[in-house]
This record gives sequence, C-alpha cells and structure tokens, in this order.
Amino acid sequence: MRIGLFIPCFMNELYPEASMDTLRILEHLGLDVEYPFEQTCCGQPMANTGCAKEASVLAYRFLEIFKKYDYIVAPSGSCVSMVRQNYAQFLEGKDGFEHLRTHTYELVEFLHDIIKPDNLHVKFPFKVGIHNSCHAHRHLRLASMSERNEAPFSKIKALLEKAEGIEFVELTRVDECCGFGGTFCVSEEAMSVAMGKDRVQDHLKAGVQIITGVDMSCLMHMQGIIDRDKLPIKTMYVGQILAGGIV
Amino acid sequence: MSQGHPELAEKFIANDERMHWHDKALWFVRAKRDNASKGVAEWEDLRDCAAKIKMHTIDHLDSYLLEFEKNALAKGIHIHWAYDAQEHNEIVLKLLQEKKVQKLVKSKSMLTEECHLNPYLEAAGIEVVDTDLGERIVQFRKEPPSHIVLPAIHLKKEDVGTTFEEFLHTQKGNSDPTYLTRAARVHLREKFLNADAAMTGVNFGIAETGGFVVCTNEGNADLGAGLPKLHIASMGIEKIIPKLSDLAIFTRLLARSATGQPVTSYTSHYHAPVVGGELHVIIVDNGRSDIIKDKDFRQSLQCIRCGACINTCPVYRRSGGYSYGYTIPGPIGSTLGANRNISLYKTLPFACSLCGSCSNVCPVKIDLDQQLYKHRQTVVAQNLLGFKKHTILKVATWVMKHPKILDFSGKMARAIVPKLPRSIVYSKANLWGKQRELPPFPKQSFKEAYQAKKGDRK
Repeated sequence: MRIGLFIPCFMNELYPEASMDTLRILEHLGLDVEYPFEQTCCGQPMANTGCAKEASVLAYRFLEIFKKYDYIVAPSGSCVSMVRQNYAQFLEGKDGFEHLRTHTYELVEFLHDIIKPDNLHVKFPFKVGIHNSCHAHRHLRLASMSERNEAPFSKIKALLEKAEGIEFVELTRVDECCGFGGTFCVSEEAMSVAMGKDRVQDHLKAGVQIITGVDMSCLMHMQGIIDRDKLPIKTMYVGQILAGGIV
Repeated sequence: MSQGHPELAEKFIANDERMHWHDKALWFVRAKRDNASKGVAEWEDLRDCAAKIKMHTIDHLDSYLLEFEKNALAKGIHIHWAYDAQEHNEIVLKLLQEKKVQKLVKSKSMLTEECHLNPYLEAAGIEVVDTDLGERIVQFRKEPPSHIVLPAIHLKKEDVGTTFEEFLHTQKGNSDPTYLTRAARVHLREKFLNADAAMTGVNFGIAETGGFVVCTNEGNADLGAGLPKLHIASMGIEKIIPKLSDLAIFTRLLARSATGQPVTSYTSHYHAPVVGGELHVIIVDNGRSDIIKDKDFRQSLQCIRCGACINTCPVYRRSGGYSYGYTIPGPIGSTLGANRNISLYKTLPFACSLCGSCSNVCPVKIDLDQQLYKHRQTVVAQNLLGFKKHTILKVATWVMKHPKILDFSGKMARAIVPKLPRSIVYSKANLWGKQRELPPFPKQSFKEAYQAKKGDRK
C-alpha cells in the first residue's frame, strides 16, 4: 500500500510539527508513505471564494501529482472534502479522478476506517474538548450530526479513547462552527471572530484544557483568539495527541 | 444595498449583549427543533420523502398547476396568474377596488412581503393590517420582518412594550408579555370585525383537490378569512403538492422544523368560498420559473418556509435578519436573493462559513451550503468579487503552480516576519490580526524538515 501524504499549504509553512506528527503516525504503523515535493495547495481557498478557473488549475495539478498512490492521506478535513465533494466540477471523467476521489482520506478517518489500530500507546491525562470542524463533520461524516436523527458516533473520539487518561468534556453546542471558514475569516472578519470567541468560551466554560480537532485551520483561528485574549486554554492538532506515544 | 453583509453584521455584533441574546433566542428554537425531530423515529425518512415529492412536483409543475386550477375552479375558487410582483399587486388592488374594500386584514405571507404589497395598497388608500402578532409589531414600527417565521425575533419584550405604548396606549413601562398580548388581541379583534376583505398566504396548494392549506399558531388566518366576503390568497408556484395524502408528510415536518411543535395550532383547509362570498387564489411566478431552469439552484424551490436553516445558521444568529438586506434572511434567503439579483446581493453567498448545518436541518433537504458555494462562482464570473480580492487569489494560484517560488516565499516570510516590529505586522491591512494573533512562525517548513529527515536516513 503506497500512501501519498498531502500536507495542506499553510500547514507546510506554519505547522511543520503537526505535519511531521502525521507522517510519524503513518510510518510508525509500518506504512509506505511518500511526500511528493511538487505538491502545493488543493485549491480550496480559490474554490470557496468562487474562483473556479483558479481552483480548477490546482485541482488538475493535485490529480496529476497524487493519482498514482493507493491512498492519499492529509491532516485536514476541509482539504479532503475539497477533493471529495468539490473536485468533480473540475475533474469529472478525467483519468484517475474516480480513484482519487474515493481514496483521499483525512488522517483520523484513514486510521479509523482503513488501518484500525488496536492500541496507540499514548498517555494523555487531560480534559479534552473535541472541535468538530464542519467539513470533516458534515461532508466526511466523522461524527454524528446534532441536526440529524441518527445514532451517535464519533471517529475522532473512538480513536482518542485509546489514549490513556484522556477525559472528554461535553460541550453545550457539540458541532457549532468556529467561524474560520477559509477566506470568510477575513471577508467577514467581525463575524468570524464573534463565532470563534463563542466557540472557545463553550470549551472554557465546560472545563476543557485542550481543544483538539482534525483541522489545524480552525484551531489556528481559535488559538489566535486565545492568544490575543490570553485565555487559559490550548489547541492541539489531533495528530499531535495520537503521535504522543511514538519515540 | 449600500452596505453589504459584513458591514451590517459588524454593526449588529458591536452590541455584544444583544447579539448574544439574539443568538441564544434562536439557538433555543433550534434546540426545540432537535428535540422534536428526535421524537419521530422516521424523521430522516420523512425528509427523504418530502424532498422527493417536492422535486417530482417541480419536475412536473406545469401539469400540477393546471390540475390545481381545474379543481379549484370546479370548487368555485377564482384563479389568477401573476407573472411578477407588479402583476400580483395589480390583481389584488383590482379585486379590492371592485368590492370597494377599504380595510384589509392579512395573515402571514412572505410572498406579499416579497411583492412589497403593503406600501402598494396603502398608496391606493387601503388600510392593511398584518394580523400575525409578530408582523403587527414590526408593522407598527415600520420595519420589515427580520425572520420568516418569527418576524419580531430581533425585539425584546421591552421593545414591544414601548411600541405598544405608542400605538395601543398601553401602560408606560409595562412589558409583561401576557398584558401586551391581551392588548394586541383587543386591538386585532376590532380589526377582524371591521375588515372588508382578508388576505392569506398559502403553505400548501393541493393539485388533486384544488384546495389549499394555511398553517398558523394564532388562528389569525381563520379569523381574517372567516368574516369578510372576500378572501384573496397569494401562492408562489412552488407551493403545490400533488395529493392530499402528501400533506401529512409536510405538516409533520413543518412545525417541528420551524418551532419544535408537533403541529401548528391551526392547520386550516380552504376548499370553497364562505357562503355568499368570493375566494381568489393568485398564483405567482415572480422569477421562480427562472430558478427551475437552473439545475444548480432548482432545489431551492422545494422550500416550505419553515425557517429551520435560519435558526441554525451561526451567521444569522449573530447578525440578525436585517444584515441580509433581502426579504428572506439566512441561508435560504441568501440563495434566493442571489438568484434574484446577484449584483445587488453579491455579499450574501459569502455571508456563510459553509458549515453545512442548514442543509442538514432542512426538512426538504435543500443543498443550501452547496448553492451558496456555487453562487460565489457567479459572483466571480460577473466580476463582482472586487479587484483586490480577485487579484490576490489569482496571484496565489500562480504561486501555487510554482512550488519553488512558494518555497522561497515561505522561507522569506519565516525569516523576515518574526523580525518586523509588531506595528507593521499588525497594521490595518492585516484583517486576521485585528482581533487574533498570528501563529508563531517556525524556523523551517515541513518540506524542509522532511528533506532533512530523509537526508539523515540516507
């Protein structure tokens, strides 16, 4: 099984440690992982701003770079959702697209659905609040939605539960958006921040020590608010918790 | 619209206490909706079924509308066809003038709001009284509804108290909800008793029977339509359902989705004029048939106007109905508004974080977030995004096509930005940094670290 690792552009530049933890987890499981150097951006910021022409160029690039792998794994729910949900408009019918669409996975989803590890050998004795980032949550279906009448489940929780000492904290609004929203975070700056503050407050009031999730972008937004307002809470990419046991 | 959604939202958010009160009030309704929907085991099946019935009806709308007309005419109901808002308003005025109507009572109809009927009739000297309590409150205040189901949700009871002091001469400073409701009731009873004609909206027009159904909680549609000899109902072409047996699917979904009630207090069926009176239905297109032609947006015509997408929208809850500048706010309003006039409502497709909650509360499964995503492409295609934003994304795309240039830019930024004074990094141009810190810049990128690691191994 050959895995192509996709690291979102902003994570490559700003979050090398969280990205490296993603690689370490996969390699530690004995998987054959390759990081193709010519990769850049999946085109999500362009697509979400309506720039279809630009997004299409980057989608095509992504396909060419990654179609040769058995699986494509990325530490991001929203980039994966871009591939699965929005690439069809640009790539439908193109050679390798169907494989790409059905074999691109977000890290937690890949571990949970495909690898199914028994034990993570991780200790994480903290009170954790899960941020269900919207695209991972509602497009990739990583957990049951509060809107739907469906049996409760959470792939993130199912995986994190294997960490020793971890304590999950229940929130008042389990899957409300944090307001990052891609370019929304600057085009609707006031709204984005208002939503982010409310989200952080929900975690704070519930007694959370660490906010975790599968999208570093949402966490970056909330951490930005936490740092500015000097709040006693931290964000941590889920991969960094999962990689904790790897020495 | 002189100001777009971001500016109007910012103003609403500036009053932190009131913004949070508004958010909580609507979240309360959303939570009630969740409870109610979870009490119905077959909820998701109902949604599937309702969506399919609506899509089927829209696919065969011409024949269902004609079937409705034929069956309605057989029941002695008059049918009128209005191409647009202007034609609709002219038909209403003509009918009212023929009967020398001076006083009209009207129960809730977002279609008449869409057509701006009230000012049109008032200019012709007709008194129009909105009889839904929330609508009457905003009508006193000369405001449009800020929500399609809860028209006065932006107002606190104290605001209603001061409004009633002015218009209904209630006690000064008394904002007790029961007291105010009684005052409104006395006022509205007098209007009902003296009305010359009544108007209602239509929740469901049933092709098979030629009758229609109006859902209210206050019974105001019945009080209005029961007394005068003239009843005019305005119906958008998308309100048709094929059979009477389909109705139960929608009534089970509608009230639960709207307010968390199992059913509206009144589900009134109109199948004939009152004795000695006339019943008219105006079937209105007003741009709807254009939407049918567009496969990306036609699902928006499945809407049954429950308002669930509005209640769940994290943006609406924090920006209020007026921040949208369109008759219908929230996700459904943003897609309908963008369809009506993309230039005028160009900020609405972006008044959304694409969280997707709306599409999942929607009882008829409209792909609302996907519609707003697609409207953004229309905004760009019509050169409405703004030169600066578009240029930034064009340049970014060019950089992303050239990995070496991206790597170099990243390296430069990581070397330079940490050395710059805070006043420059957090200048006005940095919208991110207005209320948020940037993450600390690392020494190397992942790619650099990866290369180093692989080099070590070799």
